[in-house]
Order: sequence, then C-alpha cells, then structure tokens
Amino acid sequence: MNARGRAALWRDGFVGRRLRGFDVDEFTLSGMRLLAVATSGIAILIVSYLLVGSLPALQAVGATRFLTDRAWHPTQGEFSLVPMLLGTLWVTVGAVFLASPFALASAILGRFFIRGFLARIFRRMLETLAGIPSVVFGLWGLTVLVPRIADFAPPGQSVLAGILVLSLMILPTIALLADSALGAVPEAQLRAGAAAGLSRWAIVRGLALPAARSGIGVGIVLGAGRALGETMAIVMVMGNVVQIPTSVFDPARTLTANIALEMAYASSAHRSALFVSGLVLALLTIVLVWVSDRLGQDYRGEQGAAYGV
Amino acid sequence: MGRCPCSRLPLRVSFEMTLNAPSFSAPRMGRCRKFGFAAALFACVLVLSACSPERPEADALLILTGSSTVAPAAAELASRFEKSHPGIRIDVQSGGSSRGIADARNGLASIGMVSRALKADESDLHVVTIARDGVALIVHESNPVDALKREEVIALYRGEVDVWSLFGGSAKRPVVVHKADGRATLEVFLAYFGLDPREVIADVIVGENEQAIKTVSGNPNAVAYVSIGSASVNIANGAPIKLLSIDGVTASLATLREGRYPISRPLNLVLKDPPRGLAAEFIAFVRSEAARDVFDALSFVQVAQ
Amino acid sequence: MAFSLLPSRWHESPWRWRMIAIPRDAGAHLLIWTAALIVCAAFVAVLYDVVREGGALLSLDFVIQPTADLGRAGGIGPILVSTGMILLVCLLAVLPLGLGCAIWLSEFREDHGVSGRFVRRSLDVLAGLPSIVFGLFGYTFFCQALGLGFSILSGGLTLACMVLPVFIRAVEVALRAVPHELRAASAALGFSKTARIHRFVLPAAVPGVVVGVILGIGRALAETAALLFTSGYVTRMPESFSDSGRALSVHVYELAMNVPGGDAVAYASALVLVIFLIGINMLATALVQHWQRRKGWVTA
Repeated sequence: MNARGRAALWRDGFVGRRLRGFDVDEFTLSGMRLLAVATSGIAILIVSYLLVGSLPALQAVGATRFLTDRAWHPTQGEFSLVPMLLGTLWVTVGAVFLASPFALASAILGRFFIRGFLARIFRRMLETLAGIPSVVFGLWGLTVLVPRIADFAPPGQSVLAGILVLSLMILPTIALLADSALGAVPEAQLRAGAAAGLSRWAIVRGLALPAARSGIGVGIVLGAGRALGETMAIVMVMGNVVQIPTSVFDPARTLTANIALEMAYASSAHRSALFVSGLVLALLTIVLVWVSDRLGQDYRGEQGAAYGV
Repeated sequence: MGRCPCSRLPLRVSFEMTLNAPSFSAPRMGRCRKFGFAAALFACVLVLSACSPERPEADALLILTGSSTVAPAAAELASRFEKSHPGIRIDVQSGGSSRGIADARNGLASIGMVSRALKADESDLHVVTIARDGVALIVHESNPVDALKREEVIALYRGEVDVWSLFGGSAKRPVVVHKADGRATLEVFLAYFGLDPREVIADVIVGENEQAIKTVSGNPNAVAYVSIGSASVNIANGAPIKLLSIDGVTASLATLREGRYPISRPLNLVLKDPPRGLAAEFIAFVRSEAARDVFDALSFVQVAQ
Repeated sequence: MAFSLLPSRWHESPWRWRMIAIPRDAGAHLLIWTAALIVCAAFVAVLYDVVREGGALLSLDFVIQPTADLGRAGGIGPILVSTGMILLVCLLAVLPLGLGCAIWLSEFREDHGVSGRFVRRSLDVLAGLPSIVFGLFGYTFFCQALGLGFSILSGGLTLACMVLPVFIRAVEVALRAVPHELRAASAALGFSKTARIHRFVLPAAVPGVVVGVILGIGRALAETAALLFTSGYVTRMPESFSDSGRALSVHVYELAMNVPGGDAVAYASALVLVIFLIGINMLATALVQHWQRRKGWVTA
C-alpha cells in the first residue's frame, strides 16, 4: 500500500474496512494483539524472574520443606512459610470482606443518593484516598490505631490493625470501579424503573447493582490484589511475628512483610528463600483468582447473565 | 549521568513528526493528530527505553548503594564533598546492606554501604570501617525501670517475664519488640547476650530502628533494642523513650566513644578493589576530621584514619 | 421488601411524601449513609493527622527549595520534579500498552481462544505481587539488563509494570459497559471495526478510562518499594530522564523510617503529595469534561 493510500485511510478515519488491499481491521487486531502479548509478557518475565531467584532455595531445601518445617528461621535452616501464608490469607480476606460493603455503599451513595457539588467532593475524596502513600497509612496506623487497640488487647499490633488499615487502602479501588460500573448502567433502564414506581433503593438493588455486577466483581478482585501485595503499611501495623494467628488481636506476618523485612540484609540462601515467599504469593493469587472466578461463574450461571471473564 | 545524547533528543524528534506529518490533512487534523500523537509518544518511550546511558567516566561520578542506616550519612557527606569538588557527582542509593554487597561485587556501584560486619563468604571485598553504631535497649519514658542486667534481658527475650514489677516496674506484661531475621542490630544483640534466635519469644517484630522507636513511643510496656544513634536523635526531638543502661554501663555516645559500652556494630564501606582515585579521595574525606560532625549529628562514632 | 408494617400499596398513596411516613427502605438508606459517613470519617481522620503534623511546615518555600540536612531542612523542589518525571514516563508507557491490551481483551473476543483467559490471569497475578518484587525485578531488568542504571526511566517503567493491571481492568470495565446498541448501530452503518472502536466505543468509555488513569496515578504516586530500587534516592535536581531522582513517596518513607526527627517533614511531604494528587485528578477530570463538551458527548 502506498503513501497516498495510507493518507486516504487516515483522512477517512478508517471508516471503510478495506482500502486497496489493506485490511484496516486486520492491522488493528494485530496491533492490539501485540500490545496484549507484550503485557502478559511482562507478567511472564516477572514470574520467571521470581522462579529463577527462588531456584537455589528450591533445589537446596526442597519445595516441601517450605510447608513442613517447624518454623521460619532462615539463618538457622528452618523455612516454614505456612504461618505467613495463613497470615496473608487472614488479613486479605478480612480486608476484602470489610472494605467491599463500605466501598459499595460509597459508590451507591455517590451515584444515586447525592449529586452535584456534594457528589463531586465525595468522589474527589475517594480518588485522594487512592493515592495516599502506604507509608502514611502505616504511620497513621502505628501512631493512632495501634495504641487504641493496645488499650484493650495488647500489644495492639495485630491482624485487626492490619485488616483495618488495608480496608482503608483498598476501599477506593473497589469504590471507584463500582462507581464507574454503576455509572455505565443505561439511564433508560433506571428511568424505566422509576416510571414503574420503584423506590430509589429498589432501582439500585434491582436494576443498577445487577447490571453493574461484573464491574463490581473486577473491583473486588483488584482490591484483593492490592491487599495481597501491600507491604509497607502491613509491616508497620501487624507486628510481624511468625506465628499462626489464633485471634484477630494476635500479631502475624504476611508473605509480603517477610520479603520487605528481611530482604535488606538477606544473603545467598536466605535471599533465595525470600524469593520463594514471592513465588508462593503469586501461586496464592492464582488460586484466589481461580476460586473467585468459580464462585462468580456459579453466580452468573444462576442469574443467566452474559459475562465475559 | 546527563550525557546520554538520546535522552532528550527523541522527545523533540517525535514532536516534529507529529506536527509535520504530511498525511494529516487539515480538516481532520484533530482526530488524526490524536492518533499520531499517541503513536509518537509510544515511539518516544520505546526510544527512551532503548537508550542506555553511557557508563559515566570513573573520575567524575561515584555511585554508593546499600544500607539504609549509612545512606543518610553518606548522602550528607556526598553533598559536602560535591561542594568542595566542583564537577564531581556522588549518587547515593539506599536499599539495604545486601544490595550494597551485591552492587559492589557486580560493579553497579563503586562503593557499597554495609551496616554489619562482613561474613566469611564476603571476604573477596575490600572493607573500610567508617563508623560504629551502638545498640541499646529502650523503654517508654513512663516505665520506672532504668537499668537491666544481662540475665534480666535474656529472661525478657526468652518470654520468661510476665510482669515489669519483677524489675521494679509496673504490674503490666512486657511487650517484647524484636527485629526481623538477618538485621545487623539483631545479630549483635543476640551475640552479646548469647541468645539463640530460635528461643526468642517476641510480641512484635519490626524492621527499621525508627519503627521500633515508634512502637515503643506508642506502648508504655514495650521494650526494644535499637541503634543508639536513632534513639538519641529521637529523644532530642521529644520522643517519649529512654535508653536503659546494661550491666551498669549507660548507653550513650560518650560511653561508646570511650569504648566502655559493649554492644555495637561497624558501619562499613566495601569496594571490589582497593580504593583508587575518586573513591579513595571520598573515603579519605569520610574518615577525616571535616566529616566528623555529620556522624555526630546522627550519633555514630566516627572511625578516623 | 417482603415485610412491612405499612399498608400494602403505601408507596402509591399520596401520604408517602409526608414526613411521618417511614419510607419502605429506610433501613437500606440508613445503612448506605452510615457506611459512607464512616468512610468519610476515616478519610478525615487520616487527613487530619497529616495536616496537623505537616501543615505548619507547608509553604511555597518548602515546595520549591532544594532539600538540605537529609530532608529535615529545606524543601522538596527537586523531588517534586523527579516525581513528575517518573509519573510522565509511567503514563507514557502505560497508556498505549494498557489501552491496547484492554481493547484486545474486550473488543476482540473472537481472537481469544485460550489466550484471553491467559492474559487476564497473568494480569491478576501481576496485580497481586508485592511492590518490592517489582522493585527487585526493575532493578535486575531495567537497571542492569537493559543498562538504564538507577534512573527516572527505570523507575517509571517499573511503575508502569505495576500500574498496568489496575489500568487495564478499569478500562475493560469501562469498555464492557458501553451499550451493545452502540456497537451494533455503528456496525450497521458500515463502519470498519477499527472505526467503530475509535469513534464510538472509546469515546463512550472515556470516563471509565479516566478512572483507570486516576487509579493508576494514585498507585504510582503512593509507591515506595518499587522506586527505592530503581529511580533511587538522590535528591539532586534531575537533568534528564537518565538521572537518578527521589520520588515523593520514597522521600516520605525515608524521612519517616530512616531519618531520626524527620516525621514532621514526612507529614508535610505527604500533604504536598495529597495536594499534588488532587490537582492531577482535577486536571484529568476537567480535561475530559472539556473534551466531552466539545464532542457533544455530555449526558445528563
């Protein structure tokens, strides 16, 4: 295809599919495909980087010992990751369950219950919350939240503090995505609901929420991802003791905190064991996503809705 | 660096591409330009990423990486050194002692900063000790306990103490703050008290010294061990903590300098080869009298030449 | 509403607008308002502490002066510049990659097969990795393997890897929410798929794309660990993209965790970060509104 042909394509804004043997859609498709491949390439690159980093430990120690050892003393040759795996699970699940209802309520409020100036302020607040550095949340948690908890359940640095701080951090992610999904519900549907005499809440519950379900689901999965990967704030408020927490007032360590706390001084085998922490975290993410996917599929099957994930 | 010729060039080139591209005819300019602009930006990023900075000449740039404990001091020393040596640049990067070792080994940094004694498998590196940092126990200001004996500390960290009143404190349970595995302060602390890491029973585990100090500030029953440097600067700034004396020796910069205070760690600079040129000059400056007040301000004891 | 003390067709009666009548779903309203107010209260609590601790230090000088005495004195001028440059690199990398990937994921389903699922899974894994892993990866890949050294470029690209999943998912939500009628109608007019996406679907999805950008910027500005290892720690004014430069969040972390007596400045820097963020978000929203108005895309 010559330069004039290309110019003509640009000028027409690619309205027609073919021009002088050049298939615009094929071109777009291959371009987008390339970008998608590049994106997942990054993921593959990072995971294989983790694999390469953890290989020495996996070879020297063996994969099973990371689950069967009695404790985590990498400098003494004990490598159990189980307490940290459970700590991560506890705090992530707790934060997602705590944050989701609040986030959803915020999104509904901002979309359907307030409007104009107030709604803009509310939205701006959520956006700002999304960008406060985790170290600020950590500092705030350590100096404000932890002493309050310590008043009735010392030492205060606990799974509960972690859940509270994490909820605050993932809330804007879930809320903003839910808000964007709710905003995309066709207005005609809502008006039809109103015309049918439905109350505001009935419209929200019966029409808007089901229509926005998939977007809300994506928000929750992303929020869970952020909760899994959060480090700095967790290190500061969760106490980081390697133990299986028996109550929410016990301190616990997450896999991310493990990496952040020990990477700075770790050498050789210890460092490699920390890479295994990262790898386990990646596996955990895959499992969690798979589970949430299955749950979502069952739910969607019930509702008979078309959903593309 | 700043000498990489392509770091600024592509921006200009892509911009011109966007403006002068002949295929964008006037009426549709808006839409086409957008598309073209996106493409140009992408190209620009690609070119920028492909542009690898030239290795800076060894005699004008010095890169230090490593320990977050040494980094603040090094950054301050570097900016002073730059002032007295125009045209020289010293970049200080943080990221932990093990990074300092790795970067010094593979040549990514000219000098690595390490806030612990070097291990046996690190003997290939050339070491210069620039300062010593004491490790002391701290408690909350309101805690009546002022001094602890060796056995008392050991009992505390083995989880054998249920109430502070055993040592003359309140009837509350002590909250034992410990450090994460591998930390330098942990290693010297355990070594001095002869504790095995596996027998320590902690309530809270922290990373940085500042985190330990913040934990103790917020908890009247907590006890932690931290760098004397961090603790004294924080006390001067009004943090509600105090240093405990161990076996009758007060923990302070003075006793550490006199060599009476027993628990301390070295702050080291490591190099792949014996220092030469700019690196040697900088190290000489760090160990000179002119650099002393920087260490004093952070309550480290300078190890002079 | 299965159970109600009110007459069965109360909601149709003229009395329901009177103050004495309890609306049928007062409970739901109450819950939503309470939850949202709790969120506001938590936000105010965090922000109040940041303002109380750091507000006193805030001044124009603080924003433009270079740092001194490890950040405890002077200002944060060079750090703001570095932060802006890192953000720019990050956005320049994320926007084309992310948009392309999201469009492929939601508009080219017929091309997927197993790979669509695979790309989604890999994004989910990426979203759940701790930032320090990105930091170490960026340090090995961008700084060492690609030879970019400790530079704003490495930092921005590392951040881009981190921000991508959030951005792509947000754009995907937005694209999926575009009504199918729009696609069908434009297809019926004989537009090529490219033109359909470019002229109808994307413009309709722009508000959602902005949510993605805002979430991405938020995550990027809040990031510490990934930048500590890549763009670095140097507080000098950066001269080019290949210089090392300290980001604002790294500065906050450093002052709070490593520099004794740096708390007040840490809070002040955090406050600047928050203001910076609000500014960028407002700018993004305003730009989109302007654009929508010009295109006549404003609804409601």
